[in-house]
Amino acid sequence: MIEHDILIVGGGLTGLRAAVGLCDRFNVGLISKVYPVRSHSIAAQGGINAPLANNPDSRDDSWEKHTFDTVKGSDYLADQDAAEIMCREAAPIVYEMEHWGCPFSRLPDGTIAQRPFGGAGYPRTCYSADITGHVLLNTLYERAVAKGVKIYPEWFVAALCIEDGRCHGVVAMDTHSGELVPARAKATFFGTGGYGRVYQHSTNALINTGSGIGMAYKAGVPLKDMEFVQFHPTSLIGTNILMTEGCRGEGAYLLNNQGERFMQRYVPTAMELAPRDIVSRCIQTEMNEGRGFDHPLGKHVHLDLRHLGEQKIQERLPGIRKICIDFIGIDPVFEPIPVMPGQHYSMGGIDVNGRCASEVRGFYAGGECSCVSVHGANRLGGNSLLETIVFGKIAARAILEDLEGGAPEPETKPLLRLKDEVEAKIQRLTGPGREKPYLLQAELSAVMSGKVGIFRTREAMEQALQTLLEAKERYRNVGVPSPARYMNYELTNALELEYMLEVVHTTILGALLREESRGAHFRLDFPDRNDRDWLKHTIARMGADGQPVISSKEVVITRYEPKERKY
Amino acid sequence: MIKADTFTFKILRYDAREPGSKPRFATYRIRVIPGLTVLAVLIRIRDEIDGTLSFRSSCRSAVCGSCSMVINGKIDLACRTQVAAFNTDTIILEPLPNFEVIRDLVVDMAPFWQMYEKVQPYLIRHSPVPEKELPQSEEDRRRIDQFVNCILCACCYGACPVLAREPGYVGPAAAAKLERFILDSRDERPAGALEILNDEKGVWGCDTLLRCIDACPKDVRPTDAIVGLRKTMLKHRFQNMRGKAKDEA
Repeated sequence: MIEHDILIVGGGLTGLRAAVGLCDRFNVGLISKVYPVRSHSIAAQGGINAPLANNPDSRDDSWEKHTFDTVKGSDYLADQDAAEIMCREAAPIVYEMEHWGCPFSRLPDGTIAQRPFGGAGYPRTCYSADITGHVLLNTLYERAVAKGVKIYPEWFVAALCIEDGRCHGVVAMDTHSGELVPARAKATFFGTGGYGRVYQHSTNALINTGSGIGMAYKAGVPLKDMEFVQFHPTSLIGTNILMTEGCRGEGAYLLNNQGERFMQRYVPTAMELAPRDIVSRCIQTEMNEGRGFDHPLGKHVHLDLRHLGEQKIQERLPGIRKICIDFIGIDPVFEPIPVMPGQHYSMGGIDVNGRCASEVRGFYAGGECSCVSVHGANRLGGNSLLETIVFGKIAARAILEDLEGGAPEPETKPLLRLKDEVEAKIQRLTGPGREKPYLLQAELSAVMSGKVGIFRTREAMEQALQTLLEAKERYRNVGVPSPARYMNYELTNALELEYMLEVVHTTILGALLREESRGAHFRLDFPDRNDRDWLKHTIARMGADGQPVISSKEVVITRYEPKERKY
Repeated sequence: MIKADTFTFKILRYDAREPGSKPRFATYRIRVIPGLTVLAVLIRIRDEIDGTLSFRSSCRSAVCGSCSMVINGKIDLACRTQVAAFNTDTIILEPLPNFEVIRDLVVDMAPFWQMYEKVQPYLIRHSPVPEKELPQSEEDRRRIDQFVNCILCACCYGACPVLAREPGYVGPAAAAKLERFILDSRDERPAGALEILNDEKGVWGCDTLLRCIDACPKDVRPTDAIVGLRKTMLKHRFQNMRGKAKDEA
C-alpha cells in the first residue's frame, strides 16, 4: 500500500501541472504508465492559444475575442463560463511557462511568436517551431524535477476505487515488478488523456486508449459528450502521423487531384484555415466524389508547402519535414504531402465542472480525459495545450481548497477489496480464454473509423453497436498466454481493452441518439443543427445492470447567444 | 500493388527475473510490405506470434523516445526505421547497450534519469519575474535550438563508449541538457553550477569519438555541448585565477 494526500494519474501536461501546483503544500504522488516525457502531450506540434497581442496583426486581440472564437468553434456546445475561465487564464499561464524556461519561438522584438490557426480571428497561437507540445512537456517535467515531485514511472493504474460516494484511491501495477499496489489518497486526479486509439486511423500515440475514462465510468463517474470526436484534416497516409495545422497557418494549400485549392468552393473566406471539423468534411467529400488521389496506403489529397520555400519550411516546420522524409520518403520542400483526415482528439470525457471536480467526492479530472466542457462539439487548434495546463492549474487550486476545508480520511478496506477484484480479473485474463485482445481491438477500431467517423448514419452506427455488443461478449473469453505480470504488455493491453469497450459503447450510443449535426458530429440523416432539441450535453452513466443510461445536461450560456456558425 | 516480402527477425530475448534465463536470439519470419517500420513489425510479432515479447512504444512518430534499440548494429528508434532500409532480409534487434536489461528489449532507464536529474535540468533564475514574457532575441533562441530538440530517448547514452567502461560517467544527454540551460539567455545559475560536471565523470571524461552525434535520431550534437561546457569551465577557471592574482597584488 502506498499513501499520499493526493494521487495524480497521468504524467502529461495536465498531471504535471496539477502536481507542480500541489506539491508545496501536500504530499503528492504521480503515477504514469510511461515515463512522463513519453506522454502524448509531447506530440502536439502547432501551438498554444493565448491573446498576447504580440503579432503585429493581433494588436487588438483580447480574452473576450478568444472566448468568442472558442464558443463559436464549439458550435455553441461549450459551457461559456468555462470557456471564459480558460481564455482569461491563457495569457498568464503562457507567461508562467515562459518564466519556467519554455523555449518559445520569438518575434524580432523578442516577444513570444504567434501564428494564425483555424477558426481564430487573430494570429493567437504561441509556438516553438512545430514542437510546441515537446517544449511545454519538457518544461513542466523540468519543473516537477526541480520541485522533487514523487513520480511512479511505468506504473499502470488498473482500477479506480469509489465506494459510498467517495474516492479512496486506485489500484496500480508496478510494471517493473508486476506487483499490484493499492494506493490510498484523500484526492485522486485523472489526467489520463483521450480515447483516440478506439479508432483505427488516429494521429494519437498507442497509449491513448481512453482507459482512464472507461475506468472512471466503470467506477460510477458519469461521462459527457462522448460522441464528439475530432478528426484532424491532415494526417499522413499510412501511419496517420499528424501534419500540424501550423502548416496551413504558415500558408500551405490543400489541393485535389485537379490541382484545385478546393476549399475556395466550401469556405472562400477562411479557406484552409476554417475550423477542423469543416476542413475534414471538405477533404472527405473531395475523396468520396473522386477528386482525391489513389495510393496503396489509402485515398488522399495534397498538403502543399512548396511555395513557402526551403528556408521558411526549415525554420518553422522542421519536424514536419523530418517526419515526411523518415516515414514516407517525401521532402515537402519539393513534393506535396499526401494527407487524409484522421481521428485526433476526444472532446468528450469524464464529466467535471469548471474546477475539475466530478460528482464523486475526492475524484477530479482534467485535460483531454475530462469534459468540462470548453470545446463543445469541436475544439479549435491550439486550445488543447491551453486546456491541459490551465485545468491542471485550476484542479490544483480546487483540490487545495477542498483538502484545506477538511477532507474525510480515505478508507483502506475498499482498496483491498478492489485489489482482490483486480487480482481475480488478471487470473481470468491469463487463463485458457481463446480470444486475442489485439484482434478484438483491431476489429472494433476498424468499425469505429468506418461507421462512427466523419459522416454518420443511423444504419451504420447500429451495425457498429452490434459489433460492440458482440465484442463485449467475446471479451469474456479473452486469454493472455503468459501469466508473468511484469513488462507483460499483452496483459496490460487486455486490462485496458475492458475500459475501451465502455468508451466505444458510450460514444456510439451518444452518436446514435443525437439526431442532429453539430461540430464534429455530422449525421447525413440529420444534416442540420437543432438547438431546440439538442443544445444540451449528453451524459452517460453506468446503470445497476452494467448497461449505459443516457441523460442530458444544460449548456451554460452567458453572453454569446447561439447563432448559425458561418466562416 | 505493393509486394510483401518475407523478412527474418532475430530478437535478443532475456528475462532478468527468470532464474537461469540466458540471453538468446529468437527468430521470427514475417511477411511485410516495404513501407513498414521496425516498430510496426514488433507489434505484429507480439500480437500475432508471441505475446510475451517485451518492448516499449508510444508515439510511433519519433517524438516520444520510447523505442530506442539496436537495429542491425545501429542504434535508432524502431518507429522511424524502415524494415527495407538495410539491403538485407534479416533484421537483428538488441536492447540498448550500457543499460541493464529487464526483459527482452526493455532496459532499466533509472541510471539515465539519475544523470539527467543530477545536472539541475531546469531554468534557474533569481531576478524578479516581469508581468509578461522575459524577452529573448531570435538569435539567442537559436543558440539553444539543437539542445531543445533532445527527446531523452537515450540513444546517445547507449552509443557512448565511455559509459561502456565507466558507468558513473554522466553521458551525452545530461551534458546536452545542462548546456541547453547554460546557453539560455534567461538562465541565471551561478558559475559554480557547472562544477557538478567538472571532473572525469563529467565533461572531462568524454573521448570525443562523436558516437552520440551519430546515434541521435533528432540531429542533436551532444559533443558540441560537452566541448562548450569545457570552454565555459576553462573560462571560469581563468577568470578565477586572474581574480585571485589581482587580490594577491
